[in-house]
Amino acid sequence: MRVAGHWRLKRQRLTLEGEVCPSCRAPLFPPRDVCPECGKPAATPYTFSGRGTVYAFTTVYEPPAHFEQYRPYLLALVKLEEGPILTAQLTDVDPEEVSIGMPVEMVTRRLTEEGEEGLILYGYKFRPLVRQQVA
Amino acid sequence: MPTHLLTPTRSVGITGYGAYVPRYRLPAAEVARMWTGGRGGLPVREKAVPGLDEDTATIAIEAARNALARAGIDPQALRAIWVGSESHPYAVKPTSTIVAEALGAVPYVQAGDWEFACKAGTEAMQAAIGFVGSSMADYAMCIGADTAQGRPGDALEYTAAAGGAAFIIGPAEGALAVIQGSLSYVTDTPDFWRRAGAEYPSHGQRFTGEPAYFHHITSAAKALMAEMGTKPEDYRYAVFHQPNLKFPQRVAKMLGFTPEQYQTGLLVGEIGNTYSGSAMVGLTAILDEAQPGDRILMVSFGSGAGSDAFDIRVTDAILSRRDNAPRTRDYIARRVEVDYGMYARLRGKLKNA
Repeated sequence: MRVAGHWRLKRQRLTLEGEVCPSCRAPLFPPRDVCPECGKPAATPYTFSGRGTVYAFTTVYEPPAHFEQYRPYLLALVKLEEGPILTAQLTDVDPEEVSIGMPVEMVTRRLTEEGEEGLILYGYKFRPLVRQQVA
Repeated sequence: MPTHLLTPTRSVGITGYGAYVPRYRLPAAEVARMWTGGRGGLPVREKAVPGLDEDTATIAIEAARNALARAGIDPQALRAIWVGSESHPYAVKPTSTIVAEALGAVPYVQAGDWEFACKAGTEAMQAAIGFVGSSMADYAMCIGADTAQGRPGDALEYTAAAGGAAFIIGPAEGALAVIQGSLSYVTDTPDFWRRAGAEYPSHGQRFTGEPAYFHHITSAAKALMAEMGTKPEDYRYAVFHQPNLKFPQRVAKMLGFTPEQYQTGLLVGEIGNTYSGSAMVGLTAILDEAQPGDRILMVSFGSGAGSDAFDIRVTDAILSRRDNAPRTRDYIARRVEVDYGMYARLRGKLKNA
């Protein structure tokens, strides 16, 4: 069990909290100590809007350990509207409905659980915009 | 005669509201196909089923984010987040802290999980009225959310559904709707229960009707209307706990309400019984359509048993803020039908999966 490790990631996973570089203003996700854009220290928290578009995607049929129960599932690179690209599952959508450039929004879902008696891990996934799905 | 009305010292209202309903639907005909050879009446058309990555916490979080969007307040202004459910993901560890963290409402916030069968959410709403109405806090959030389970083959399997609603209670000034009065009517009536560690609930069959559902809802509704000096025709809308299509329509008729008053909030035929969310999700569908000045009666029911009744009046503020989040009907419309096999997988009923 990695309770402390999961606990440290809670803001990232639950609120999409990254950082913004105080020197060059680049928004960063995931948060890191050094800005990859300008090389200066970065530690100012910044909460992303959760809106973005699908940059690339694939369907996972042979998942790694702890994700078998969700197979098959969609994994995507999502480009956040603020700039950074992150890896996340797509949810509430079928593979044939997904396309590159499709607008998506962040939702909080179960990522996995550490067995029947262990922690349940929650975090970000992305899905098509609800209003667009019904329009 | 002392009043039974729960009256806060300052007037409070609903500052924001939000709902969430998962997209999967299990038609009741599928349950009948599995267990009765397709024969017999169906209590609903279909029910909402949670996806593999959904539970009461994720449902509560999305409903709560929608409520915050409509309230337009900083999550840091919330002093309480209370989640009512009978399907909290953990037996010990609060759902409410997960919701609070996800909303960005930590750390100066009261958090707690409530349980009273299907009325845990409205119980939390009355507590929030007290919290704000006593000026201990300016904003408190109450949530009713569930991923209810019915034993395979049991009558509840047709209806036990998933969904939830969140309400931010705040000062009447600036609210989308003012809560003009509420009361609680409770007795020890064992119509439905689930023992600790048991996977599925047990119920008293027909005993869940007259002495439980009908007695408590009619008693709470009549007492509230007597206290408020109102008649059924004073309300534009009425919404009741909805375990199936028959009960809420019958209780509405017993009390003197017409279909025009209850059909907007009657969602059970399309999404099933969302337990702690049932009456509250119905209220969100009403607020999605209501006009300023409309008066609403909401009466919940929780087995065990009790009812909370509320008299609500919609304000002008509803018009500019309700489109700040998806409407309840938007969630209901993104329907994906599943068969019994997929349902069994989604609800964790397959051994060794």
